[in-house]
Amino acid sequence: MAERAFKNEVQKLLVKQGEEFRGEGILAVTKALLQSGVSYVAGYQGAPISHLMDVLSDANEILEQLGVHFEHSASEATAAATLAASVNYPLRGAVTFKSTVGTNVASDALANLASGGVTGGALIIVGEDYGDGSSIMQERSHAFAMKSQMWLLDPRPNLPSIVNAVECGFELSEATHTPVMLELRIRACHVHGRFIAKNNVRPKFGLKDAMENPLRDVSRIVLPPSSFLHEKEKVEKRWPAAQKFIQEHALNECFADGSQDFGIILQGGMYNSTIRALELLGLADIFGESKVPLLVLNVTYPLVDEEIKRFCASKRSVLMVEEGQPDFLEQNLQTILRRADQTTKVHGKDVLPMAGEYTTATILRGLLQFVERYAPQLIHHDRLPAAARPAPQPPSGQSMKAEVHPRPPSFCTGCPERPIFTALKLVERELGSHHVSCDIGCHLFSILPPFNLGATTMGYGLGWAGAAAFNTHDRSKRTISIMGDGGFWHNGLTSGVGNAVFNRNDSVLVVIDNSYTAATGGQDILSSAATNPIRTTKLSIADAVRGVGVKWVRTVTDTFRLATMVDVLKEALTTDERGPKVIVAQSECMLNKQRRVKPLQQKRERDGKRVVSEKFGVDAETCTGDHSCIRLSGCPSLTIKPNPDPLRIDPVATVLESCVGCGLCGEVSHAARLCPSFYRSEVISNPSAWDKFKSHLGRTVIEFLQRRIDRRLAEIAA
Amino acid sequence: MSTGAIFKSETPRAITVAILAMGGEGGGVLADWIVDLAEHSGYLAQTTSVPGVAQRTGSTIYYIEIFPEASARAAEKEPVFALMPVPGEVDVVIASELMEAGRAVQRGLVTPDRTTLIASTHRVYSMTEKTAIADGQVDSEKLLDDCSGSAKKFVQGDFSAMASDARSVISSVLFGALAATHALPFAREQFEEAVRRSGVGVDSSLIAFNAGFGEAAQPSAVKVKNTEQAKKKLGIRLRELERRIEASFPVAAHNILKLGIERLCDYQDERYAVEYLNRLEPVRDAEARYGNGDGLLLPEVARYLALWMSYEDAIRVADLKTRHSRFERVRKESRLSAKQVLRINEFLYPRVEEIADIMPARLGAWVLKTGWASRTISRFAGNGRILETTSVRGFLQLYMIAALRPWRRKTLRFLKEHKKIGEWLEQLILLVPENYSLAIEVATLPRVLKGYGDTYIRGHRNFDAMMGKIPSLLAHNDGAYRLKQLREAALADESGETLAATLRQVNR
Repeated sequence: MAERAFKNEVQKLLVKQGEEFRGEGILAVTKALLQSGVSYVAGYQGAPISHLMDVLSDANEILEQLGVHFEHSASEATAAATLAASVNYPLRGAVTFKSTVGTNVASDALANLASGGVTGGALIIVGEDYGDGSSIMQERSHAFAMKSQMWLLDPRPNLPSIVNAVECGFELSEATHTPVMLELRIRACHVHGRFIAKNNVRPKFGLKDAMENPLRDVSRIVLPPSSFLHEKEKVEKRWPAAQKFIQEHALNECFADGSQDFGIILQGGMYNSTIRALELLGLADIFGESKVPLLVLNVTYPLVDEEIKRFCASKRSVLMVEEGQPDFLEQNLQTILRRADQTTKVHGKDVLPMAGEYTTATILRGLLQFVERYAPQLIHHDRLPAAARPAPQPPSGQSMKAEVHPRPPSFCTGCPERPIFTALKLVERELGSHHVSCDIGCHLFSILPPFNLGATTMGYGLGWAGAAAFNTHDRSKRTISIMGDGGFWHNGLTSGVGNAVFNRNDSVLVVIDNSYTAATGGQDILSSAATNPIRTTKLSIADAVRGVGVKWVRTVTDTFRLATMVDVLKEALTTDERGPKVIVAQSECMLNKQRRVKPLQQKRERDGKRVVSEKFGVDAETCTGDHSCIRLSGCPSLTIKPNPDPLRIDPVATVLESCVGCGLCGEVSHAARLCPSFYRSEVISNPSAWDKFKSHLGRTVIEFLQRRIDRRLAEIAA
Repeated sequence: MSTGAIFKSETPRAITVAILAMGGEGGGVLADWIVDLAEHSGYLAQTTSVPGVAQRTGSTIYYIEIFPEASARAAEKEPVFALMPVPGEVDVVIASELMEAGRAVQRGLVTPDRTTLIASTHRVYSMTEKTAIADGQVDSEKLLDDCSGSAKKFVQGDFSAMASDARSVISSVLFGALAATHALPFAREQFEEAVRRSGVGVDSSLIAFNAGFGEAAQPSAVKVKNTEQAKKKLGIRLRELERRIEASFPVAAHNILKLGIERLCDYQDERYAVEYLNRLEPVRDAEARYGNGDGLLLPEVARYLALWMSYEDAIRVADLKTRHSRFERVRKESRLSAKQVLRINEFLYPRVEEIADIMPARLGAWVLKTGWASRTISRFAGNGRILETTSVRGFLQLYMIAALRPWRRKTLRFLKEHKKIGEWLEQLILLVPENYSLAIEVATLPRVLKGYGDTYIRGHRNFDAMMGKIPSLLAHNDGAYRLKQLREAALADESGETLAATLRQVNR
């Protein structure tokens, strides 16, 4: 089960014709898919489209009633290949993943799909993780659309536009026999808005119809000579068909044309930010009434030459607002205009930055430069918004750099991955530092303080592959690679484990098995411990690893047993046995465990059953404020507080109420022989008679002795 | 073609709200409440965020815009909402923590013409602050100054503590504070209805909401920073020594000396406190004679001598852990109800060294020298142990160790520590006439002596290395500054690399 439940949201999928749908952008997409008569949906979770997958998962019953098949694909490549169902049959299908990382993985299948073309509408919904808060490399999905020739939709970030893009996307795909990519930026995915719904549509031609009446068309398969014909067909037939469709259905929108002799061409996704920037410059109002002509490209690939030429014909210049680099659109614009011998000047990356997110403030500054050049009388310098002026100094006059630290994400309170890296730190104290190859997942936080472990990460599931070169006999140390269970099943089993076995690698892999793809929101996978009503789970990673030929496999069933973790790591790094070594480190993701266990505990307590709740604490009197414990943990619940002792200066360690009693603090103080300040408190609710008897006996004896202690201490303090 | 002012200056605009929080703090819940509140009160609303992996405890921004539905209907148009805050254009900034409030100011989101800033003043320390060996805390006063100087209205309070008191989450308290600021055009009842509609933990949320509302509507008296420390008072047993302090030591040192004798009497006995004062007399005299009159030396020496003389041996740890006051504190922290039972489990790892430390000096030294004896004790003490102090058995073990206190003066550790204390004081007193500022730095050197086990060993190694440099530091005019640099280097990292590098440079 995913970390967020969507019971209420699922009901929104049943909203009928004419009723209002309110919710997140990505849920609107889900509803739009059902309104479009989609036959199948597949995908791989990852921000910002995880919610789409989670909602569909929770809505499986509704989907089945509509005859829609939904899959949690093994990877983005699997998801993309699923679209093969639309090649020969009039089946509408959609897949979704995080981009560009997911698109990278999917691109083999996407290229094959785009080459042969499709019969049924094929929609690829990419959640663009770019800019603020992004966790991946900063690249553009646009390049994938161009290289494989798939049409790219970039709708205005409001729910009606997004829903319209889904519906038109299928039609465009069918009209041009070409897969269509729908690009949604992270804020658009999470935007809360509303639109007027339509009824869900059951596909007229279903998966059953296809399976019972199989069709094939060898000319759709990528093999010579068809592959050469595909390329021709792309430019000679599908391209013009797309341009025609885009024009006929007015997918791109033109606003306020004729109001000035200059204009702005923008990606649909940039619309709201551009309008707000214009509003702040006094060139638009809150309702989007612009005083500058706008050509909004809800389709950013292909451009329609005629539209561009028409928009530019009456203008001295245009500004291209295009986020990301390279500046594909600006280049394309130049080509279209130069070929037509039109002299309209094109601005873009000269007044706007080449790289980085286009925030409203960024666009505003670019717009200001542009408008000042062509119509300075429109700008009121006495009323410029703050964002157009240089950033103000803080009142104290000094920079706040020293006071405001970056706060990157890190392991949650009680995260079971933390002790694995604590163990690694302790092992390194003994055996020296090692080359550590990282993977994608929460475990990548190991590269940050306090652990500072890990040299590279080459992609999801590629942790062990990233250490493949370090395979030589002439060495005294082994490398350590990290892989999460998500990455393992995604491809790591073959790309990492299979590869290491085949190439006789003598290094160590730690597979972190926390029962979920935790970083993407806690979705189930093959090795999840939970029973999932629609998926097969509870399969063993250790068995899989043995299955591809690894002989040295150790499973640590509780990562919080630090001493065991340390011993196993040490053994793996020092054993004389050669060959690939795999440690499967298991413990449930604490975020998901708490969600699962907490309500149960509360219920037990209410029902009068005995419940023990554990938390850690630090005795401030014995803590000397060295913070070694924090440097070996980094838990959000283990922190510092001002020293209550007036003689001491340095802050002491303290454990916050948010502690879940995972046990690592105690294990660390033992394994690293730190200090005696840690204690674990156990509060027993609804204690048994034995608990009460023991507690009573203890208190009687202890309080008698404590009174003696107090007598010794009497009258020292006032 | 239009020229000049296109719109009247008072065009309708959206009300904008930015929430700066850390993942997992409920910023999303707060944003959802605001949207629900607005939508049920005749407003159109949009919220967005960039959760993703930043949710995992990293700092993150939620952004909301609202606009009156009636205006939209009158215009027969839909407003276009922005998806991210623009510096200078934010009406309300809510920060769940003080450094996050500082981040909002740093990003230019808080401006004096427009922004109501609601910030919780508690600190969630950054990793840099937490992992420092000594004190890495940033200056909260500066953060507060920048917040209040940047905002049109600054509403502050420890909203986290209020949430904890109400056994709720900070988002409820912040929502209450928001209601009290009247920064949004809605009444208190409308806010409360939004909480009720959410349907989860409504009662505790409303209690927290009320606390936040109260604090923001009528801030509790601003705490004046207590620069003048209250005069330290002592119990009857220490009256005589107190009088001695007041009669024969400078006033500037009184408080710290009183804290010192209280600590040492608590640690050992009155005689130990007397010894403490005796050891400080030469320091007092040297400073009076050769000092520059700033009176800084004696208090510093008094502070570190008291701490050093009350070094943490097993006797001290057992003593502190068995006290009634400590049990009460843990009970309070655990919010123990009368019907519940509490168990306290200690995580102890007595090594041979710590056991030898509390043996009679000659026996302890012999044990450490003698392999088979050490090994035997190791086998007994061996691995880490978890001791339940709330059980009779566990308590008695610690109680018996604490009961060794009267014999402490004969223990190996006592002799070792006091030998070093003597050397430190001797060096210090010799330095006073020669280089007073260097003497002050030497007085604060014991700050690097911390912890137990390996940490303790590292601290002493660093201390010795720095003490060893004193003769050569005397040759420099800026010897004090150089020693300060060394001390900071010793506290910069665990590996000792920074100190080693600084030690190499210090003589240049």
